[in-house]
Amino acid sequence: MAKVAAKPVRIVVAKVGLDGHDRGVKVVARALRDAGYEVIYTGLRQTPEMVVDAALQEDAQVIGLSIHSGAHMTLFPAVVDELKRRDATDIVVFGGGIIPDDDIAALKKRGVAEIFTPGTPLQEIVDWLRKRFPEQTRKP
Amino acid sequence: MRALARAITLVERRDPGVRELEEALRTGAKSPGVAGFTGAPGTGKSTLVDAVIAFLRNQGSSVAVLATDPNSPFTGGAILGDRIRMQRHALDGKVFIRSMGARGHLGGLSLATREAIRLLGAFGFDQVILETVGVGQSELEVAAVADTTVVVLTPNLGDSVQMIKAGILEIADVFAVNKSDIDGHARVVAELRTMMNMAPKTPWRPPIVPTIATRGDEEDAGLAERLLRDGTPYRTAEEILDRTDN
Repeated sequence: MAKVAAKPVRIVVAKVGLDGHDRGVKVVARALRDAGYEVIYTGLRQTPEMVVDAALQEDAQVIGLSIHSGAHMTLFPAVVDELKRRDATDIVVFGGGIIPDDDIAALKKRGVAEIFTPGTPLQEIVDWLRKRFPEQTRKP
Repeated sequence: MRALARAITLVERRDPGVRELEEALRTGAKSPGVAGFTGAPGTGKSTLVDAVIAFLRNQGSSVAVLATDPNSPFTGGAILGDRIRMQRHALDGKVFIRSMGARGHLGGLSLATREAIRLLGAFGFDQVILETVGVGQSELEVAAVADTTVVVLTPNLGDSVQMIKAGILEIADVFAVNKSDIDGHARVVAELRTMMNMAPKTPWRPPIVPTIATRGDEEDAGLAERLLRDGTPYRTAEEILDRTDN
């Protein structure tokens, strides 16, 4: 029986805005689960305030946002701003979805740590998290 | 709120530093009323909890939820998905929802649940609602921790032999027969009643409450009232222990 990491990284995963396409986010959530993370899935149609509130209550170190509706330039920075307002900028925000390259650069400037677009191998997301949180060590 | 969330994390990690914190908090802390919801996966526990939150909030109580889901025995990872059903309470400052991985603990709750309840009491929450992992027949820990244990059943989970088996059906203070809009619900109620008629007489006969948790708002009040009798716990942990002595 594999042991849960002594300090498992907790990741709140959410769909923000009016976007019902949750297949991708569920695939990613499952991959993170299989990588040993505790994934708190909060479901569809979240506002930035709801996402941040959930991350604070859950004491998550990471927020993963998924969006396919095109509203990423509004909603992703809104989550970052809400974290600032709640004095919780230590929480890392990453995102995924159909996001043009130009927007990715702009979002990173606005404080989103990383963006993964369709076709990204799941392992790439896991590797990125591992690099970011090396202390999360699962000892099988 | 972040302090509370962090403290629960420390308890979950069994961090030695939490002892001091608890000692500091214990003085003057009241103990909240604790209701526990247990039952098989997918029976509607989270959705029922959502309705009960609404009811308790209407009464003016602050409510904290500790919702447990399992961790993988292979990777240690988990999908904690209970709060999805409770999102309408998301921005209510008097509602605190925390998902907990069972992290290999087998009783249906997290090893940290009891201590987390104490922390919630210290932070002033009036009522705590526990939700177990989706359980089978022998995860009974919730009954020892909660004042009121609600066992959630649905139609089509088995025949009358299942009903006379020992274990989870013995710990109910209340039975919720959820999804009562689908075929077979009347049979579940009838079999539960028969099962209870065969049992030795006890001072408390658990009511059987048909529920359709997804109906939401209009059902909330009646449903929660029948489940929790105005939010007052049915019995104390001592009374439960008394029962096992007899």
